Amino acid sequence: MSAQPCRLAHGGRIDRAQALRFSFDGRAYTGYAGDTLASALLANGVSLLARSFKYHRPRGIHSAGAEEPNALVTIGRGARREPNTRATAVELVEGLEAYSQNAWPSLGFDLGAVNNLVSPFFSAGFYYKTFMWPGARGWRFYERFIRRAAGMGAVADGADPDRYERIEEFCDLLVVGSGPAGTAAALTAARSGARVLLVDENAVHGGAIARGTAGADDALAAWHAAALGELRETPEVTVLERCSAFGYYDGNVVGLVEHCAGHRPDRPEGIARQRHWIVRAQQVVLATGAIERPLLFGNNDLPGIMLANAGVCYLREYAVCAGRELLVYTNNDSAYAAALAHAAFARVAVVDTRQEIAPELVRACAQANVSLHTGSAVATAVGSRRLKAVRLVGGEALPCDLLLTSAGWNPTIALHSQAGGRPVYDGERQCFLPGSAREAWIAAGACSGAFDTGSCLAEGRDAAQKALARLGVTPADIELPDCAPAFALRPGPQPAPQGKCFVDLQTDATTDDIELAVREGYASAELLKRYTALGMGTEQGKTSNVNALALLAARRKEPVPAVGVTSFRPPYTPVTMAAIAGRKQGARILPTRQTPLLGWHEEQGALLGDAGLWKRALAYPERGETRQQAAIREARHVRSAVGVCDVSTLGKLDIQGPDACALLERACVNRWSSLALGKARYGVMLQDDGFVFDDGTTSRIGAAHYFMTTTTDRAEQVLRHLEFLLQVLWPALRVHVCDATEQWAGIAVAGPRSRELLLRLFPDTVPGLPFMGVADAEHAGLPVRILRVSFSGELGYELYVPSSGGEALLRALCSAGDEFDVRPYGLDAMDILRIEKGHLTGSELDGNRTLADAGLARLAREDEGFIGAALSRRPGLLDPGRPRFVGLEPLDPAQSIRAGAHLVAAASPREPDESLGHVSSACFSPALGRHIGLGFLAGGDERQGSVVHVADPLAGTHVAARVVSPCFVDPAGERLRA
Amino acid sequence: MIRLRCPHCGLRDHSEFTFLGDATVSRPGTEAAGDLARGGAWSDYLYLRRNPRGVQEEFWHHGRGCRAWLVVTRNTETHEVLDTRLARDRGDRA
Amino acid sequence: MKAYSAWSVFRHALTGNRHWPRAWRDPEPKAGYDVVIVGGGGHGLATAYYLASVHGIRKVAVLEKSYIGSGNTGRNTTIVRSNYEQNANARFYEFSLKLWEDLSLELNYNTMFSQRGVLDVAQSEGMVERYIRRGNAMRLNGIDAEFLSPAEVRSMLPGIYEDSACRYPIHGGLYQPRAGNARHDAVAWGFARAADSLGVDIIQGCEVTGFLQEGERIAGVRTNRGDIRAGRTGLAVAGSTGHVAGLAGLRLPIESHVLQAFVTEPVKPVIDTVLTFELADFYISQSDRGSLVFGGELDRYSSYAQRGNLPIVHDVLEAAVTMFPMLGRVRMLRHWGGVCDMTPDGSPIIGASPIEGLYLNCGWCYGGFKATPGSGWMFAHTLATGAPHAVNAPFALDRFERGYTINENGAGPFFNLH
Repeated sequence: MSAQPCRLAHGGRIDRAQALRFSFDGRAYTGYAGDTLASALLANGVSLLARSFKYHRPRGIHSAGAEEPNALVTIGRGARREPNTRATAVELVEGLEAYSQNAWPSLGFDLGAVNNLVSPFFSAGFYYKTFMWPGARGWRFYERFIRRAAGMGAVADGADPDRYERIEEFCDLLVVGSGPAGTAAALTAARSGARVLLVDENAVHGGAIARGTAGADDALAAWHAAALGELRETPEVTVLERCSAFGYYDGNVVGLVEHCAGHRPDRPEGIARQRHWIVRAQQVVLATGAIERPLLFGNNDLPGIMLANAGVCYLREYAVCAGRELLVYTNNDSAYAAALAHAAFARVAVVDTRQEIAPELVRACAQANVSLHTGSAVATAVGSRRLKAVRLVGGEALPCDLLLTSAGWNPTIALHSQAGGRPVYDGERQCFLPGSAREAWIAAGACSGAFDTGSCLAEGRDAAQKALARLGVTPADIELPDCAPAFALRPGPQPAPQGKCFVDLQTDATTDDIELAVREGYASAELLKRYTALGMGTEQGKTSNVNALALLAARRKEPVPAVGVTSFRPPYTPVTMAAIAGRKQGARILPTRQTPLLGWHEEQGALLGDAGLWKRALAYPERGETRQQAAIREARHVRSAVGVCDVSTLGKLDIQGPDACALLERACVNRWSSLALGKARYGVMLQDDGFVFDDGTTSRIGAAHYFMTTTTDRAEQVLRHLEFLLQVLWPALRVHVCDATEQWAGIAVAGPRSRELLLRLFPDTVPGLPFMGVADAEHAGLPVRILRVSFSGELGYELYVPSSGGEALLRALCSAGDEFDVRPYGLDAMDILRIEKGHLTGSELDGNRTLADAGLARLAREDEGFIGAALSRRPGLLDPGRPRFVGLEPLDPAQSIRAGAHLVAAASPREPDESLGHVSSACFSPALGRHIGLGFLAGGDERQGSVVHVADPLAGTHVAARVVSPCFVDPAGERLRA
Repeated sequence: MIRLRCPHCGLRDHSEFTFLGDATVSRPGTEAAGDLARGGAWSDYLYLRRNPRGVQEEFWHHGRGCRAWLVVTRNTETHEVLDTRLARDRGDRA
Repeated sequence: MKAYSAWSVFRHALTGNRHWPRAWRDPEPKAGYDVVIVGGGGHGLATAYYLASVHGIRKVAVLEKSYIGSGNTGRNTTIVRSNYEQNANARFYEFSLKLWEDLSLELNYNTMFSQRGVLDVAQSEGMVERYIRRGNAMRLNGIDAEFLSPAEVRSMLPGIYEDSACRYPIHGGLYQPRAGNARHDAVAWGFARAADSLGVDIIQGCEVTGFLQEGERIAGVRTNRGDIRAGRTGLAVAGSTGHVAGLAGLRLPIESHVLQAFVTEPVKPVIDTVLTFELADFYISQSDRGSLVFGGELDRYSSYAQRGNLPIVHDVLEAAVTMFPMLGRVRMLRHWGGVCDMTPDGSPIIGASPIEGLYLNCGWCYGGFKATPGSGWMFAHTLATGAPHAVNAPFALDRFERGYTINENGAGPFFNLH
C-alpha cells in the first residue's frame, strides 16, 4: 500500500477519515470515500491507465466526467465483469478491482504498440484498400486477426447476478442537470407547486458549482445547498443523483438510468443495481451544461494532458494536484481559473493563443506568480509514457508534467438534438447551440450558450416559469444569489496542429486522417465520420466532434455550418443493457398463458410444452414411455374408447345482436342464414386478399346469439378483425363481439364411448344432440355448453364451462365410471388424430392458401358478399398450377417422412430440383399402422393415386409416396355421425 | 413513445395500440369490383397507399385498452399527433 | 482508376499518404443522360456501376439529395444471406449472394464480406418444421443449407442461454454457411468509386423536386440544381419511395416504416455467427470493431423519422440479455432508425412503373442491404433493355393486382407484418 503522493493535505469533498483500498491491474492502492477511480489513481500518481484503440499508445486521464475518451478500464471479475468503464465515472468503493484492457502482455509493455511505429500504413480507411485477395475467403482469413485485436474489454463470464428494474414515472416538469440553471428551474417549479423530477448524472449535485469550475464562491455554494435541501424536502419533488437522462423520445418521454447500488459500500441486498426510469413529462427543462474541448497539438494524447476544467475539478473536489509543473494552454478566458487555482500548489505557466488578454487576467496571473505567454501556441508535447515538456511553435521548450487545455466549450445538446431540429452554429462562441424544439423542452444555462453563472441561474428560473405557464400554472419567483461577473466566452484562434495530433482520442483518428479523407472525397461531416471512425467511440465524440468539424471546414475553406453537423443518437452516454431490460428477461421475457386446467395436467404427469404464449399438455407418458409412444397410445385410445383433451386455448367469441348473422355472412365464406338454432357449422374466413385467414366452429345458441371458436394462434387477430368490421366498415350493424377466451374452459371428449360417458353427466341433453348440434346444460350449478363436433374424426363433443368450473367438470368426467377408462390425450395425440382425418391446422393454413388450395372451395357461397371474394378471383389465386391439399403415403409403410420435406418428380435425389410442393404435417398413424403425411402438391387433384417423391435433402432422405386423399380415416364420416 | 389520446381512456402510450395504416383508403362496395382479372378497385384499396411524408389519417386499435378502433391524425415525419377520434363515428365505409 | 492493394497502401504510406487520388469525382450535373438514377445508396450506385460495366451505358448520373450511402445503406445491420423459401426470393437473393462473393475483387474495394454464416435458431417445434421446409427449399434451389441439432447450435454459440433459463428451449437451427455480413459503407463507396471510374457522374447534394413530363412519358427530373433530362429514369430511394413516386403522381404498394438498430460498446469476440431468434424478433452479430450489432421488429407505425421509440428498445434489449445472459453488463452505445419501404407481401419491386420512362427499384422492406449487388444488376438490366430479367420478372409491380404476391411469411396484406 502506498502513500498518495499527489493528494493535498486539505480541502476537497473527500472524506479522509474513510480510507478505501482498491486495486488496479492487481496492484493495491488507497483512496478516500468521495473519490472516483480516476481521482484516486491520480492521487496515487498513476498516470498510465490505458492503451489506445488502434495504435496502442499510452493513455491517461483526460477529463473528469462522462466525456472521458481515454481512461477506459474493466471493473470487477467473473459474472460481474464490466468492460470499457470510464474511470472518471466510477465511484471508489472498498475492494474495487479495476483492470486495464487492450494491452498485452501488460499495460506498461504492450506489444500492440508496434502499430504506432507503422501507423502510416494504418491510415484512415486503409482496410478498404487491401486484404482483398483472393476474394471473400481471403478476407475471412485476415479478419480473424483483426477481430482478435479489436474489441477493447471482455464481457462477463456469465449471467449478471445483479438485479435491475424499470419504473414508470409521470411529472409536470423534468429538469435534466442540477447545476445552477437546473437547480434554479427545479426550485422555481417546486415553489409553484408542480410535480418535479430533478436528475443529474453525477454523484454530487451542483454541476459546475460542485466541480468548482463555477469559481470559489461561498455564497453560491450556500444557495445551492439550501435549494437542494428544500427540493429534497418538498413532497412533490423527486431528486435523483447518479441518474443519466440518456434518450429523448416522442411524446415528451425521456429515458433515464439511475445507478442505485453499485456505489454503496454496504452492498445492500434487494436494491436494484440500476433502475431504468421511463418519464412522461409534460414539460422538460434541459440544463445539461457544457463540455470543454481541447486545443490540438502534436502528441496531444500523452498522459498528463487534460481538459482545463478537469484539472480544477480534481483539485477542488478531490484535493488532487496531478502535477508539479503545470502548463495551461488555452485560447479563452475560462482556463485561467485552472491556472490560478493551481498556483498555490505548483509552478504554473499559461500559453494563450491570443495576443490581447484582459488586463484583470494579466493582473491576476502576475499576483499569483503565473507566467504568461500570449500570442503563442504549443507545437507538440514531449514525453514517452507521460508528459515531460512542450515545445512551442517558436521552438521554445517549456518543461511541464501536467498540461491543462481549453479551446472553448461545447454545449451538451445531445438530448436537444434527439428531440429537435438541427443544431445551430455560433461563430463567436465557436460552438453548436440547440436547434428548434420538436418536443416540449426549454434549454437553460450553459447548454444554451450561457457560460456565466449569473446568466445560468436566471435562465433556469425563466425556463421553469415559461414551462409552467404553458401548463397553466402560475409560476413562483425565486431569489437568486449574486454572482461575480464571469468571463465572456469568445475563444481566440486555434492554431493549425502539427505532428501526430489526435482529434478523437478514443478512435485514434488524427488530423492526418481528416486530411486524407478530404483528399479522397469523403469530405462531408458524415462521410468523414464513417471513413475515419471519428466520433464513433464510446464517448460519441463529446470532446472531438466540434474540433473535427472545424478542421474539416478549414480544409475545405468553408464555414463550419456548411460542412454539416453530425447527428446525436441516443443514448447520451452508453447504458447497461440489463438495466434497460429490467426484470423482463430470461424466463420472464414473454408472459405465460395458463389454461384453467393446467394444475390438473401437472397432476396427471403431463409433459408440458410452450405453444405460443400458452403452456399446453403435449402428452401424458406412462411408465417409461417416450413422448411419441405416449401420443400413439393416447390416439389409439381415443379411436377405441374415449379420451379427454384440454381445448381451452381456442379463441372463444360471443357474438350477439340483431345483425349477428349479417356480420358472419360478411366475415365468413359460408352461409349462416340457414343455420338453425341449436346447430353449429364449420366456418372459414378469408382476408381481403382472398387467402384463408382462420377457421373454426360457430354455433347458433339464440335467435341473435352466436358462439364462435377460432384457432389458438389467431384468436387475437380474429377478434381485432371483427372489431374492425363492426367499428370501421359497418358501424351500422347492430352486433357486439365479446372475447370469452379466458372465461370458458374447453374440454374435448372424443371416442366411440364418448356419448355413453356424457350420458352419465348430462342424461337430459346428450341423447337428442345430433352431429353438429349444440345445447346448454348444467353441471355442479354451472352452465355447460355442449357442442357435438369432432376434430379427431371420432364421435366427439366439446364442452365449455366457466373457467372456475373446468377442473371439477374434468374430474367428474374422469370418474364417471371405470368401465369407460377415460384417459387424457395431449396436443401430440390430437395432432395425430387430425392428420389421420385430414383436418387443417396452422401448418396447412399458413397464410398463402386459397380455399381451393386447402380443399375448402365447396364451402364458399356463390355471391360476392363476403370478405376476400373479390380478390380471390385474381389470376394468381386461380392459377391451376397452385399446389393443392393432398394426403401422402410412403410406398414402404415402414418409411417415415417429416413435415418440411418437399415433393419432387425425380425418383432419385438431386439438387437443384424443382419443388412441386411440400409436406405440411406428418406422423406415424396408429390407425393405419404406417407413416402418413399431409401436404400441398402442384396439380394435386390430378395426381391422386400417382407417386411423388418426398425429398428431404437436409435429412438426406428421398422417399417415394403415393398421393392419396387427405382423409385417411373414415372418409364417409360414419364414426363421427354414429 | 407516441402518446395517443383515446376518446375513452385518455392519453396512453402507443404500445397499448396496434397500428393498421392509412385510414383514407376507400373500400369498394361489393358491386364495384371492377376488372377482377387485374384486381381493379379492390387491389387499389388493399395495396396502394398515399404514404405521405407529413400528415396522415390512420387507423389504430386500442387492443390493450377499450378495444376501440381510432382514426388518428398524425405527422409521419415528426410523429406529432394532431387528432384522435373514434372510427365508428365516421359511419359505414363499405 | 488507380488500383488499391497492399502494395499501394505501402507505397503511399512512404510518402505520408499525401498522394492518394479522389475515390470519385464531384461533378456538376450535365443537361442530360441516357439514364438518371435517383438515390445514391448502395442500390442506386450498384445500378449505375452495372449499367456501365455490363451494358456499356456510361452516360449515367446518380443523384443523391444528401451524401452517398446516407440512407439505409449506412444504417442497417449488414446481414447478407439467401435463406428464403419462396422460389422467386431464393433465386434472386442467391444471385445477389454470388455477386457478393466476388465483389471486393470486382470493385477493387474491400467490402469486407465475411461468410461467417447465418443461423436461424429454432425455439419451438413449429419453427423446426418451418425451418426444415425453408432449408429444403433452399437446397432444391441450389443454395447451401444445413439443419443443426440443439447440441450443434450450442457448440456454435458458447454463452447462449441454458434451456432452464428461458421458457423456449433450443430445438435446432437452420444454418447457411455462405451467408454472413459486410461493411455497409464500403459497399456504397466501392460501387461509387468503380462507377465513377467508368464515367458515371455521382452528384451529391442534388435533391429531386419533380419530374419532367413529356406527354405521357417521364423525360427526366427537376432538381434543386436544375433540370436533368434522361432517356430512362430509375428510382432507388428506399424509404423515400412513397414521397418521390408521389411527385410523379404515382401511388405505390409501399408504406414507410421505421426499423431500429443498435450497437454496443466494442468488446472482445463473443459471437462469431450472424444469429436470428424469430421467437423474440431478434437478430445479432458482432462487427469487426467488436461492437455487437442487433435489432428487432419494426416500430410498427408508419414513419419517415430516422429514429424509433422505447417500446422496441425494451423488447430488443430484453431479447439480447435473455439469449446471451453474459451481455447484461455490456453497454448499448447507440441506437437509431432507418426508414424502410415496406410492401404488403414483404418482397421488393424491381421493374417498370405504370409511367413510360420511369422504373422502380423499391419495396426492400428491411432486407435491402443483402440485395445491393443483385438489385443493382437486375435494375441495370431492366433499365438497359427495357424489360426485366427472368430473375427479377416475378418482382413486377403488377403482381399485386394479378395476385402473384410473394409472401414469404404468409402474414397477409399488411405492410408492417413482414
